[in-house]
Amino acid sequence: MMDILQILLSESFWAASLRIATPLIFGVLGALLCEKSGVLNLGIEGIFVAGAMAGWMAVWLGAGLWGGVIVAALVGAFFGLIHAILTVPLGLSQHVSGLGVTMFATSVSYFVYRTALPNVSSPPRIEPFQVLDIPILSELPFLGPVLFQQTGLTWLAIFMVGSVWYVMNRTPLGVAIQAVGDNPDSVDAQGLSVYGLRIGAVVAGSALMALGGAFLTMSAFDAFFFGMVNGRGWVCIALVIFASWRPGKAFLGALLFGAFDAFQVRLQTEVGALVPGQVFLMAPYILSIIALVVAARSADYPRALLTPWFKGQR
Amino acid sequence: MIRIEPRQAPSRLMTLGIPVLSAVVALALAAIPLAFAGAGIATAYQEMFKGIFGSVFAFTEMLTRATPLIFTGLAAALAFRARLWNIGAEGQLYLGAMAAVAVGAGAVDAPGFVLIPLVILFGCAAGAVGMAVPTVLKSRFGADEVVTTLLLNFVILIFLQMMLEGPLKDPMGLGWPQSPPILDQGMLPPLMDRMRVHSGFIIALVAAGVAQFMLVRSVWGFKLRAVGENAAAARHAGIRVNRSMMSVALVSGALAGMAGVSEVAGLKGYLTADLSPGFGYTGIVVAMLAGLSPAGVVVSALFIASVFVGADSMSRAMGVSSYLADLVVSMSLICVLIGGFTARYRITRVKPLRGEGA
Repeated sequence: MMDILQILLSESFWAASLRIATPLIFGVLGALLCEKSGVLNLGIEGIFVAGAMAGWMAVWLGAGLWGGVIVAALVGAFFGLIHAILTVPLGLSQHVSGLGVTMFATSVSYFVYRTALPNVSSPPRIEPFQVLDIPILSELPFLGPVLFQQTGLTWLAIFMVGSVWYVMNRTPLGVAIQAVGDNPDSVDAQGLSVYGLRIGAVVAGSALMALGGAFLTMSAFDAFFFGMVNGRGWVCIALVIFASWRPGKAFLGALLFGAFDAFQVRLQTEVGALVPGQVFLMAPYILSIIALVVAARSADYPRALLTPWFKGQR
Repeated sequence: MIRIEPRQAPSRLMTLGIPVLSAVVALALAAIPLAFAGAGIATAYQEMFKGIFGSVFAFTEMLTRATPLIFTGLAAALAFRARLWNIGAEGQLYLGAMAAVAVGAGAVDAPGFVLIPLVILFGCAAGAVGMAVPTVLKSRFGADEVVTTLLLNFVILIFLQMMLEGPLKDPMGLGWPQSPPILDQGMLPPLMDRMRVHSGFIIALVAAGVAQFMLVRSVWGFKLRAVGENAAAARHAGIRVNRSMMSVALVSGALAGMAGVSEVAGLKGYLTADLSPGFGYTGIVVAMLAGLSPAGVVVSALFIASVFVGADSMSRAMGVSSYLADLVVSMSLICVLIGGFTARYRITRVKPLRGEGA
């Protein structure tokens, strides 16, 4: 019991939680943006893979770390555009199109990686983002190590939480995106473009998702591995529902998830002998399912989610 | 301006022609990654063709590869018809395979005519349970089955690793995480000497035939389609929607479980954690290419299996990454989606009326 308390109070635990949460924060915000406009984006898992691969490869080819981040975002936007065209003007099944984009983005990434590096047993490494040690602030008790010893990408993620919240709730654009996900007819009646808003939201959201992937290869690790995304995208889709499509709650959900993941790793070293290690590995996925079951009925779904809209048809 | 309007009814030529055209377009698009990899395009297609039709062995390999894809394709096609998004065929496949080795690898010592049906029964039951859980979560709690089935795939895969290091581990396996082999009399008999194609392929064809008949001719199939087309109207008409959903879920899960049985008891003999290279997910492409028709699933599974087998042998001969096959498969999914759109809608130009802004 004391041990558990000790874990929960330690600085390294919360620092790790925020680190684990970072890719999920990007992913949840991206999914939120797409879904708020009425489009479910199951391409997320593949866009994570593509962002991870593209960002890493850009840095490996000499683009610089922030150059890699930009490349990842652009690649994410590209795959998002495919999904947007299929689901918005063409109005095709968002489920199937999203899965198609996941398969396409994943296989393109794997194919490009294998073609560029045909015979490597150990993947080449890059110099990843370093911890931003902000002088005085990082010496604050507790908060210092937790908040001010993270990499630039974690900072970007936290900044994006605020930005997405601001855009969605305080700007006309955000109000229009929310409206197009609730009642596209009313948006059309105001002379705004339903297609434009939805495509824009999906493209921007997909760029955010790709940054989650880029964090994996450029901050959490320093190389690209097959299967490294490992369902993180799907977890984000569950977390968005849990967060009821609110940026602040999405951040908390991701952090909670990160905390749980960090906790199970520490718990594993304490009681690892008693329980098979796989029980702990399963935990994040089961936790996501539980979160979904708990939140599903009360979640505030965008009313036009999954419903295609065609101009001139009511 | 351009307007999108629905067609009256898609013609028969279109419903049949579009999947074929999509497959051809996807294959043609493979020239882009081939050029990117610096391979001779004509030779590459030739190698692919040889890899499928070049010998009896190559052709039977293609049939072997198609077998699990028919099962997972049927699992997706039936579920999607009822708008039940079972994306968990990958996990259900492994549940089926685990049940098959749990029963067939020595736990029950019986002659073949008892053991084979037993292995199939347990495998299908395990797969069915695997789909029943997310279906209950959907009807009881409103939890979206897309997300739960996707997440359960990961849970089941980790559970499999746990079993392969624990109760299902082969004590003679030299420490490798693999199950003991299924007893010889429990194996699905091979169809030809010295070839790997096995009777699972015949079972798959029969399953597709039965599924087609049930879907089109039975009350069960009628209810299923009614629920898929309009759940609210079906409920009005007195169809118990949740019950109908659950019955489709069980059949879909059982078919995915059967894919696992057929791979482990027809091909490999023992179970490892890399039994399936994504057959569950590929089944979704198979089903979509087939226009969600069980009979069509057989044809599209043969096509997808050809892509995999052909690309494999091409990549061995020319050193192009075999991920090319996954690329072609995903492109054919996107092509058939777009093709399906053109079958249902047409794009027309209409002159804007004067005074009406775009």
